[in-house]
Amino acid sequence: MKKPVLSLKNIKVNFDTMDGKVEAVKGANIQVNAGETIAIVGESGSGKSQMMMAAMGLLAANGKATGECEFEGRNLLAMGKAELNTIRGRKISMIFQEPMTSLDPLYTIGNQLMEPIKHHLKFDAAAARKRAIEMLELVKIKEPERRMRSYPHEMSGGQRQRVMIAMALANNPELLIADEPTTALDVTIQAEILELMADLQHRLGMAMIFITHDLGIVKRIAKRVYVMRKGEVVEEGDTKAIFANPKHEYTKALLEAEPTGRKAPPVAGAPVILSGEDIQVTFKIGGGFLGSPPIELKAVDHVSVSLKQGQTIGIVGESGSGKSTLARALLRLLPSRGALNFNGQAITGFDKQTMRPLRKQLQVVFQDPFGSLSPRMTAGQIITEGLIVHEPAMSAAARDARAVQALEEVQIDPALRNRYPHEFSGGQRQRLAIARAIILKPKVVVLDEPTSALDRQVQKQIVDLLRDLQKAYNLSYLFISHDLAVVRAMADHIMVMKDGKLVEQGTPDEVMLKPKQDYTRRLMAAAFAS
Amino acid sequence: MLRYVLKRLLVAIPTLFVIITISFFLMHIAPGGPFNMEKGIPPEIKANIERVFHLDEPVLSQYLRYLNNLIHGDLGPSYVILNFSVAELFAKSLPVSLWIGSLAMLFSLVAGCAMGVVAALRHNGLIDYIVVTLATAGSTIPTFVTAPLIQLVFGLTFHWIWIGGWHEGALAALIGPVITLALPQLATVARLMRGAMIEALHTNHIRTAKAMGLSDYSIVIRHAMRGALLPIASYAGPAAAGLLTGSIIVESIFQIPGIGRSFIDGALNRDYTMVMGTVIIIAVFTIVFNLVSDILYAVIDPRVRYD
Amino acid sequence: MIENAGRSLWLDAWIRLKANRAAIVSAVWLAFIGLICLIGPSFTNHEFTTQYSSYVRVPPSFDAYPKADKLDQEIKEIVARAHLTLKEWKEKDGRFFVTVTAPKPIDDRVTRYLDRSDSFKDGKVETKSADGMEMTMSAAVQKLYFYFGTDTSGRDLLTRTLMAGRVSLMVGLLAGFVAVFIGVIYGATSGFIGGKTDEIMMRIVDILYALPFTFFVIMLVVFFGRNFMLMFIAIGAVLWLDMSRIVRGQTLSLKRQEFVQAAEALGVSNMGILFRHIIPNMLGPIIIYVTLLVPQVIILESFLSYLGLGVQEPSSSWGVQISQGSRNMEGAAWLLIIPSFFLTSTLFALNFIGDGLRDALDPKDR
Repeated sequence: MKKPVLSLKNIKVNFDTMDGKVEAVKGANIQVNAGETIAIVGESGSGKSQMMMAAMGLLAANGKATGECEFEGRNLLAMGKAELNTIRGRKISMIFQEPMTSLDPLYTIGNQLMEPIKHHLKFDAAAARKRAIEMLELVKIKEPERRMRSYPHEMSGGQRQRVMIAMALANNPELLIADEPTTALDVTIQAEILELMADLQHRLGMAMIFITHDLGIVKRIAKRVYVMRKGEVVEEGDTKAIFANPKHEYTKALLEAEPTGRKAPPVAGAPVILSGEDIQVTFKIGGGFLGSPPIELKAVDHVSVSLKQGQTIGIVGESGSGKSTLARALLRLLPSRGALNFNGQAITGFDKQTMRPLRKQLQVVFQDPFGSLSPRMTAGQIITEGLIVHEPAMSAAARDARAVQALEEVQIDPALRNRYPHEFSGGQRQRLAIARAIILKPKVVVLDEPTSALDRQVQKQIVDLLRDLQKAYNLSYLFISHDLAVVRAMADHIMVMKDGKLVEQGTPDEVMLKPKQDYTRRLMAAAFAS
Repeated sequence: MLRYVLKRLLVAIPTLFVIITISFFLMHIAPGGPFNMEKGIPPEIKANIERVFHLDEPVLSQYLRYLNNLIHGDLGPSYVILNFSVAELFAKSLPVSLWIGSLAMLFSLVAGCAMGVVAALRHNGLIDYIVVTLATAGSTIPTFVTAPLIQLVFGLTFHWIWIGGWHEGALAALIGPVITLALPQLATVARLMRGAMIEALHTNHIRTAKAMGLSDYSIVIRHAMRGALLPIASYAGPAAAGLLTGSIIVESIFQIPGIGRSFIDGALNRDYTMVMGTVIIIAVFTIVFNLVSDILYAVIDPRVRYD
Repeated sequence: MIENAGRSLWLDAWIRLKANRAAIVSAVWLAFIGLICLIGPSFTNHEFTTQYSSYVRVPPSFDAYPKADKLDQEIKEIVARAHLTLKEWKEKDGRFFVTVTAPKPIDDRVTRYLDRSDSFKDGKVETKSADGMEMTMSAAVQKLYFYFGTDTSGRDLLTRTLMAGRVSLMVGLLAGFVAVFIGVIYGATSGFIGGKTDEIMMRIVDILYALPFTFFVIMLVVFFGRNFMLMFIAIGAVLWLDMSRIVRGQTLSLKRQEFVQAAEALGVSNMGILFRHIIPNMLGPIIIYVTLLVPQVIILESFLSYLGLGVQEPSSSWGVQISQGSRNMEGAAWLLIIPSFFLTSTLFALNFIGDGLRDALDPKDR
């Protein structure tokens, strides 16, 4: 039996806010033993991050923690700042979710890596530099000597997270706390970082607390797991045992939250409803009156799409692959080259005016449920705006009736239609966005990452809703996502994009089980390795 | 970087040209002229004087003449303070404005930054409220209110300072104008610094520094303050340009013979060359100090690279 | 409890604003200043142009003028002015009885000398000796109140301060709205059209920015003449630059918002997008800026007036008063302090309201 490195006993975290006291953590107990990796899993707002922030003395000014954080026989919560600083960064270190902003943009990587080494280990500059370069090699940064002189903005997100890991491990800590370290990264990078962390843990033997919302990661990295919900630990134990036999309702729901099922292909001979031949979209960057000529960026590079009635095409790819741009080009929200066809009508080169009558049948749902609803309009006004445009003759009462019907279809209480977007939750807002699209009875709906900003459980509900609506109205979807699990459940045809180009396409089984291209293989391995 | 500076200076030439042109014509279409104001000049003498200064020519040819002289570095003679060239007058007034302005700038930067940092570190504490109150007062009360009040309290009541005159830059004559000039700047600097520091202290990389157990000195000075200086760098350039080229109000109230005074006297007396000279000086200072600001910014922030 | 009415962001902002004590106190103070400036001059019993030559530069006081100890001297002066000899004077039932003598018969009209003084009114002949060489006149004491004292011309400072306040506030509001009007139209056009038009329009703003600002205003004022109406148009025409930049920035960032793209995808027309989506979301920043612009305009007007380029006598503004006060502060500090207090407290109130509105309309913690 290994001895515990850190034990959290009856931790409570409160925040004083304008709306009164908020209890973020309500008496949680967690323990991590030497050399062990545990995971704390929960959805956003479950208090999992705040609990570890409290242990590290990093709570916001309005936060207060009580309880006991025992480390080497001392209570971290009772320590003064000076004493805590002999432990933070030396014996316990922490890495965060936001690799893009977690490093100081004004200092070089080398400078930032060396600072804690000099501070804690009292190394001189030369020794600290040597150690820093060693660490960069350890986290597999190429050309470490040169990278020492780089600034954070000259590195990618994955590289920055590696630097963060190097910094955190440079002083040989006994415990590393990793707060969603891969969430902000693309899937292939995620897999690399996870692999690196597992490898380092194995080699260096420190204990690790891994905070995440992603069950796949838990399965891959942690021996034991704590499931948190609304500030409480609802279940804990051996990862395998819990995955095999969850006891708590919430854990069960969480495990079942992965979207399941498959979409059958459209009936044979279904007509093509929306198609684009050889689409190209270029953006001009920079340039001006006196500046250098603008750089042309090929966001979509010769891609063809053909969407049949009742079909769902999933377009997958990492950020910057051009998948959203392709969808906007198909909707003629962006100027593009290549022939476009909608419902048997050529719409190549159509402008705002000529597209307007077609918009009724060609709808879109965006990713950000906070940004896509006009903040100063009521839910009712938002979802009926399309009716005002396309059916101007309709009476206000008739519009209201349609709004009620649409809200019922997306399972929102129609009585709430006089409320404003900020009064709804993320999932409800996304339902409103869907209601706004379907109220016009469209033929095609483009879904641009409609579930990405949502928690897993809500995601599953939205996926179910979208599938039901598709069946009811024989809709055709263009489903854009970086989340392969969701795409697998939604689409009957998948297109993989990278750097504006189409890499591979086929049925979900073809693409996911027998990928032909190396990039697709890596993508699938990263997403489904478990 | 050098190329960037040269390019910026090159771009400044057309800007300067537009400013000179607009100012010149705006001034000349305004009714009146330098010699209409003084009554009692017989018409034939007035005509003579105007001929000497070419004021009888069409405005366009006056403009071209002015531009030509300007290219040769000649700002022309003053029309009001006769027998003096504008350049000679500036040689006397500019150093006065520069000296007062730089003292005020230095004072407001040092004191403002210090106040801002302390307030941010004690966010929502007593010191913070005091600084915020002072900053609000400093930026709300106009100088033409503070200046006479300073004169009234420290000059007329306590007799600590002189209430007017230059006195060859004696300390007792400097304090009034320097403090009056510095107060609004100090308030703005303190407010900017406080806001930037509060924001900087909440950034993710400061959280990293805390999580790495770095000292307060390193967190506050090395990491937070360097970033917080960026808005100060942007602000300081234009502000310095404004301070160094003299304040009309402060120089009028304290009777300081600086650029601001010569400008307002020139404008009121239609001393065309004097006003044009002042406009050019102010514009050049503005352009140069904006550039200095941008360079400072790039020095602090490696993400900004000019080429 | 389910509340189905919905709480708009405007309502939210109003609730937050009401909780901001500084802003509410400021609003009340501003309303008070506005009200007394508007109706106050009708109740002060002084015309703002009346010059009381007997009461030049009298300090603020709640006691009535003339003061009792000054009356003796006042009567002697009046009698001397009328080339008479004072025999005696006494006070009875609020009236003054003055007995005078002269070497020759006295004209009844000498009572005018009493009336002409600022201290007396209603002078009349009471008795006259048979030879007409001794006469007793009586007059009521004219009680005058100068709560804020008088200025160097003997005009009531209270009335003048309130009248000046009318000018300062009106210039602030009108010029503020001129600036907002030009700025919003220009900025929204530039931002909404975008592209080359935007670039050219903003380059023009850049050049205007580079013009020395005070020079520009002074030139405009000199050019337009010292005309009150034209002056605030000149001020407004200069101060629109900031507004146009803010509005352009807002328009550009709103155009990129997903809800605007969503509206485009619905096929909403440009006008519909502008009026339903962009303008309602831009109102907040505009309102905030207006409250910050008005004090700027008041300062600018005061500054011009201070230099003698603004409002002309006998009209006045707080800037003019402060300028006059600072020339006479030695021995008459109230001439400086009172208008300074009115101007400064108004500026503070406007700033606090602006800050309150900013916190209410644009809360960062949301």
